[in-house]
Amino acid sequence: MSGALVAAWLHLAASRIAAERMHLTDLDAAIGDGDHGINLDRGFAALAVRLGAGDGPTEGAGPLLAFAGRTISGTVGGASGALYGRALQRAAAAVEVGPDTAGTTVARIAAALRAAVDGIAALGRSRPGEKTMLDALVPAVAALEAAAVAGARLSDALARMADAADAGALATTPLVATKGRASYLGERSIGHLDPGAASSALLLRALADVASGA
Amino acid sequence: MVALVLVGHSPELLRGLRAMLAQAAPGVPVGVAGGTDVGALGTSAPRILHAVRSALADAPDGAIVLLDLGSAALALEMALDDLAPAERARVRVSRGALVEGAVRAAVEAAGGASLGGVLAASETPPGRDKLPDDWPADGAAPPTVPGAPAGRLER
Repeated sequence: MSGALVAAWLHLAASRIAAERMHLTDLDAAIGDGDHGINLDRGFAALAVRLGAGDGPTEGAGPLLAFAGRTISGTVGGASGALYGRALQRAAAAVEVGPDTAGTTVARIAAALRAAVDGIAALGRSRPGEKTMLDALVPAVAALEAAAVAGARLSDALARMADAADAGALATTPLVATKGRASYLGERSIGHLDPGAASSALLLRALADVASGA
Repeated sequence: MVALVLVGHSPELLRGLRAMLAQAAPGVPVGVAGGTDVGALGTSAPRILHAVRSALADAPDGAIVLLDLGSAALALEMALDDLAPAERARVRVSRGALVEGAVRAAVEAAGGASLGGVLAASETPPGRDKLPDDWPADGAAPPTVPGAPAGRLER
């Protein structure tokens, strides 16, 4: 995974989140405290500004992901800031472990995403089926790992990952929330798409689109 | 001396509480980590880490961390993960209520209590001696005293 890919992804993610800010916030208003889009936009906008100003590392996937993790965990606020911050931090550590030549790019991104998703699950004490980001992320990492085993090209593999994330996010609608603020609603959370799953799917779609040049 | 670290979503809330603690227990180091790095409501793991490290530097006997809400615990956990083992060993996280727990803890710390003693003080259930014993248990306003002249607050 190259630093250029990570940097392009972070910038595209920031602009997609800015565009979807009110949609994500509306989803959160239905079952949470109505600030998910606003919070994420604040954090990703700050990240884009800092990267643009040259405050962060200029190259290297690992250092860029670590910088993003620190920035997101310090600027988003709330549970999503800690969870995405931890994910980026764990992805950074996974990227730093192997030499850049070990395995295919798809396999290395899959390993980084696996580390990120495990980090979210551990910090959030959560698992799939609880109407959270994990409902988008866990199928996505499984799809990416399968694509790596199958020897898929980077753009195809990431597209399958993003498709799985979208499907997983949509599948949160009939679920009962048992984690976070949405759990206060219990059965009344049924019928609403989970905002964290939606933002996770959005972030992974941005990665797929960067890799395919879309 | 044991230090306190106040972690919360609102910088104003924590600034006000710190001013109260400075009056109740001057000399007790109190660090705050309130709001995000860009000044919005929320928690910030890097700010919490900085506040805990500063408190540990000021207080050889360690630091007690108090939270405003449980949702601050995720950011706190991230921050604590970054501490060295020797630093982690000198930190205790309180389950106490933020305002009352911090005031009790600060008074205890000012008296030279140990890390465990300050933690225990911070976790005293807040309801216990907040109101006079003869107030109704159901939260109703206390009865007026029969025969006493009724004063007027408003004219």
